[in-house]
Amino acid sequence: MAEAALSTVAKSAAFGQVREKVLRRFEIGDQTFHVLTKLSAIAVLLLLGGVILSLVQGSIPALSTFGFSFLTSQAWNPVTENFGAAPAIYGTLVTSLIALMIAVPIGFGIAVFLTELCPYKLRRPIGIAVELLAGIPSIIYGIWGMFIFAPFLQATVQPALIATFAHVPGLNQVFAGPPYGIGILTASLILAIMILPLISSISRDVFNTVPPVLKEAAYGVGCTRWEVMRSIVAPYTGVGLVGGVMLALGRALGETMAVTFVIGNAHKIYPSILGPGTTISATIANEFTEADGKLYTSSLVALGLLLFIITFIVLAVSRLLLMRIEGKGAR
Amino acid sequence: MSALQAARKTRSAIAMGLCYASAGVGLLALALILAALVWNGFSGLAPRVFTEMTPPPGAAGGLLNAMVGSLIMTFFGVLIGAPLGLFAGTYMAEYGRGSKLTMVVRFINDVLLSAPSIVIGLFVYEITVVPMGHFSAMAGAVSLALLVVPVVVRTTEDMLNLVPGSLREAATALGLPRSLVIRHVAYKAARAGLITGLLLAVARVSGETAPLLFTALNNQFWSVNLNAPMASLPVVIFQFALSPYKEWQTLAWVGALVITAAVLALSIAARVLGAQRTSQ
Repeated sequence: MAEAALSTVAKSAAFGQVREKVLRRFEIGDQTFHVLTKLSAIAVLLLLGGVILSLVQGSIPALSTFGFSFLTSQAWNPVTENFGAAPAIYGTLVTSLIALMIAVPIGFGIAVFLTELCPYKLRRPIGIAVELLAGIPSIIYGIWGMFIFAPFLQATVQPALIATFAHVPGLNQVFAGPPYGIGILTASLILAIMILPLISSISRDVFNTVPPVLKEAAYGVGCTRWEVMRSIVAPYTGVGLVGGVMLALGRALGETMAVTFVIGNAHKIYPSILGPGTTISATIANEFTEADGKLYTSSLVALGLLLFIITFIVLAVSRLLLMRIEGKGAR
Repeated sequence: MSALQAARKTRSAIAMGLCYASAGVGLLALALILAALVWNGFSGLAPRVFTEMTPPPGAAGGLLNAMVGSLIMTFFGVLIGAPLGLFAGTYMAEYGRGSKLTMVVRFINDVLLSAPSIVIGLFVYEITVVPMGHFSAMAGAVSLALLVVPVVVRTTEDMLNLVPGSLREAATALGLPRSLVIRHVAYKAARAGLITGLLLAVARVSGETAPLLFTALNNQFWSVNLNAPMASLPVVIFQFALSPYKEWQTLAWVGALVITAAVLALSIAARVLGAQRTSQ
């Protein structure tokens, strides 16, 4: 009897030791895992810091040589090592803005179609198709643009534009020939096709945050579909729509491969949008591996820094706006 | 019906007609791209595309070294990027839910998600190619890894946030420490979602060209050396499509078809998995 009690005590002592050991192991494992995950989260922040720092460091030679005139100069001469970013900045902004002007109305139209008009059975398949197409790599758009779209534009659309606006003062400068096929306009159209799925899927999601009660009430007092969209849905979702458009703008500004194929790579600002041009990303993609000389490489890195700053601001604004509509949907 | 009413109805009909038209335009443009891809890609599709190396100008050949290169760099990119993204997402959803750090990381991560990939390429060039003194497949893998991270962070956080708190509470009540609750309960509950995120990340990087241009460069020959330049499908497409040689251009179309098929298959697989999860 006493022996049995004794062995229980011994057992429980041994059990206590094992228990302590296990608990200790748990504690260490717990701590390690916590620290590991926290470090990973911080690493994401450091990643951004690292990108900015290394770009700044890489662009110092160019920026210190050219100073502020780097932004305004149109020169791009690897032989005399004289570089300016103006044509690339101009091309980046103009192609993205034209792309938005085309893609935004069409994208909104598709979103309205998907949320209001499309037969219920087709909504999911068409919605999924649009989202899948947003995932097609940009090089595919590039190769299509160069081999199929550009020759088509050169043969049909561009001569028509030149002929139509030939005698309109002002516009005849914007649409001045000859039709090269490739150029600013072609790049803009390809960009528009690329960001179209993005705009339509975001605006569809944003439209879906509108409480059905609001729309039903409007229909109930006799509003037409157009009036419901314009006076109920659009004001309710305005912030989110702008956020979605900004996100698409961010994509368009940084898009590289699709543009590189069809922009024409000319470091010059032509008044005509049919003329060739270049963008920041296309310049880097085309010339970086061939750049010899510190100043040449550094100028390209400085272009990258500019691009990163521009897109960062656009994307940050877009996120802030989209966060507001997400908060609205959750409420 | 009054004149005003008729005018309103007409206006609405016109606007909705334009919406139908824009849906038509969108679908038409995208159908044209896919049709061109299939048309031009299938004509060049032959067994030797998968068995032979990229040819010199004017000769016949395949894309084997480029495909293998793409697979290798994607594999290592995911191997480096996915754990980092998984852990960061875990911190945001489990330990630091609602904390300041989480808010900041989420914001920065969302910005990185859409940041221009060519800038990531420049960054990796500065931190790997410059110190090493030469282009390498490893640098290519690192740049792909940096593109994988934001995708995985985003999906991990979203998926873990969907795991009901009662599951965690039940496990904690049994005496499981926090890390085991996360690894054995939360991860398991969110598994389908986590795999979806991974597939989406692979789909995203497998078509990336810009960051590889000046990290992995290109290689005309068979190479599995991580410390040397390596060919990849997107970069080969870029080079061949811009060349004046007919054979190269044909191969570029075939490569484009292969990539698109792979990316679409991955996206569909991810979507099917995601749909299974929501239907549960």
